[in-house]
Amino acid sequence: MSNIPENLRYSKDHEWVSVEGDVATIGITDYAQSSLGDVVYVDFPRAGDKFATHEAFGSVESVKAVSEIFTPVGGEVVEVNEGLNDAPESVNNDPYGDGWMVKVKMDNPGEADAMMSSAEYEEYLSSNG
Amino acid sequence: MSTELKKTPLNGVHRELGGKMVDFGGWDMPVQYKAGVIEEHMATRTRAGLFDVSHMGEIWVEGPDAIAFVNRLTTNDVTKLADGQAHYSCFTNHDGGVVDDLLVYRFGPERLLLVVNAATTEKDWAWIRSHHSEHDDLALRNASADYCQIAIQGPRALEILKKLTETDLTGIKYYWFTEGEVDGVPAIISRTGYTGEDGFEVYAAPDKAVQLWNAMMHAGSDDGILPCGLAARNTLRLEAAMSLYGHELGDDIAPLEAGLGWITKLGKEAEFIGKDKLAAMKEAGLKRKLAGFEMTEPGIARDGFDVYINGEKAGVVTSGSPAPFLKKNIGLAFLPAEFANPGQEIKVDIRGKQVAAVVVPTPFYKREK
Repeated sequence: MSNIPENLRYSKDHEWVSVEGDVATIGITDYAQSSLGDVVYVDFPRAGDKFATHEAFGSVESVKAVSEIFTPVGGEVVEVNEGLNDAPESVNNDPYGDGWMVKVKMDNPGEADAMMSSAEYEEYLSSNG
Repeated sequence: MSTELKKTPLNGVHRELGGKMVDFGGWDMPVQYKAGVIEEHMATRTRAGLFDVSHMGEIWVEGPDAIAFVNRLTTNDVTKLADGQAHYSCFTNHDGGVVDDLLVYRFGPERLLLVVNAATTEKDWAWIRSHHSEHDDLALRNASADYCQIAIQGPRALEILKKLTETDLTGIKYYWFTEGEVDGVPAIISRTGYTGEDGFEVYAAPDKAVQLWNAMMHAGSDDGILPCGLAARNTLRLEAAMSLYGHELGDDIAPLEAGLGWITKLGKEAEFIGKDKLAAMKEAGLKRKLAGFEMTEPGIARDGFDVYINGEKAGVVTSGSPAPFLKKNIGLAFLPAEFANPGQEIKVDIRGKQVAAVVVPTPFYKREK
């Protein structure tokens, strides 16, 4: 069973978003990391890069597979989790904590509200997972 | 139903162990278990790993002409095998391409067992039968359904398997085999494998598969044995630079190009299919060669990615992956022969980005003996 914290918002591409003010912290869900398997490499954008909603901003790679990560919300990257360069396994071990990937200053903070709630994401997983 | 996946006798065991099941060449197989590919890979390198390879195909060739027949179909020299000995070989087509790679086991002067890849078993069976003429005094039997095959691999494999058999395992040299019992079950015990480690492949009746698997898991529990899926099998064989059919080998790839000159016995007495083409290719000099490379910039090369040299497309990655034991990102690629030497700088096109790599000697990993 996947862990789906209630305080986060979710995308259909299995990203999660945590919002503080107009800054969204973005990572991939427990379901996504479990499907990928052992994560060995995360390819990030740079701070300052700007992305539109649903643009590929990087990739997360396991031994077996590559998965692109999409921005669930548009905006400017203000910070990336450099810790994942040395410990990419954090994405597996702590997907909602140390495994976070980027922080984005949102162009339109309302976008995050329009994402799925934990209950909706759970429903989405059970019908599409 | 032709779409239904085939199952090995260990299918239920894989599911109980939390195996993540995938379609592998029409077989429902575990790609990894709960521990994950890195743990499974490391267990095999440092302790022991257990693999269900029951999907492999087994074909018996029996009769007075068995050796001559197999010698005509394969590149290695079957006349050099002694009873109880096995070797790695290839079926080649008339163009010198590889129909499949296989193991040939000699049980006796009139009795050979061919072990072939799962996804190509039917193709091989048809190929072999199509070359069986009425002049060949022999019988062919596709016995793939009569065997389970379990591989126990790693530095502790010998000690673990010893607990389950009275057969003198130490006396079986690499690429030799014997018939004996494992946990009281009649079995072919072969000192072979596809991981770059010491170990054994055990063939037995399929209805004994679960008993054998559980016995080996239990015997190896103190040594930290782990069940290993296809993902670890792939990274282990890639570190050891062993070819995988459909990647480094195929109908349009000559064994010489894939670095299998050592099993392509152009000097053997018997004519074999494609020998003339291979001899001509060797005489003219190979145009492309399989090369091992490691990434020198961050990035992971994957199967099918293009390789560039001096700004021009020069080849394609046949297998690329992180190497869990070596902790590098490695791969194999066919390159023009003049660029296939260690030290050659190359670029791998990773989703549109040219990432630096360098050709290195293979195998990437070699166990200490």
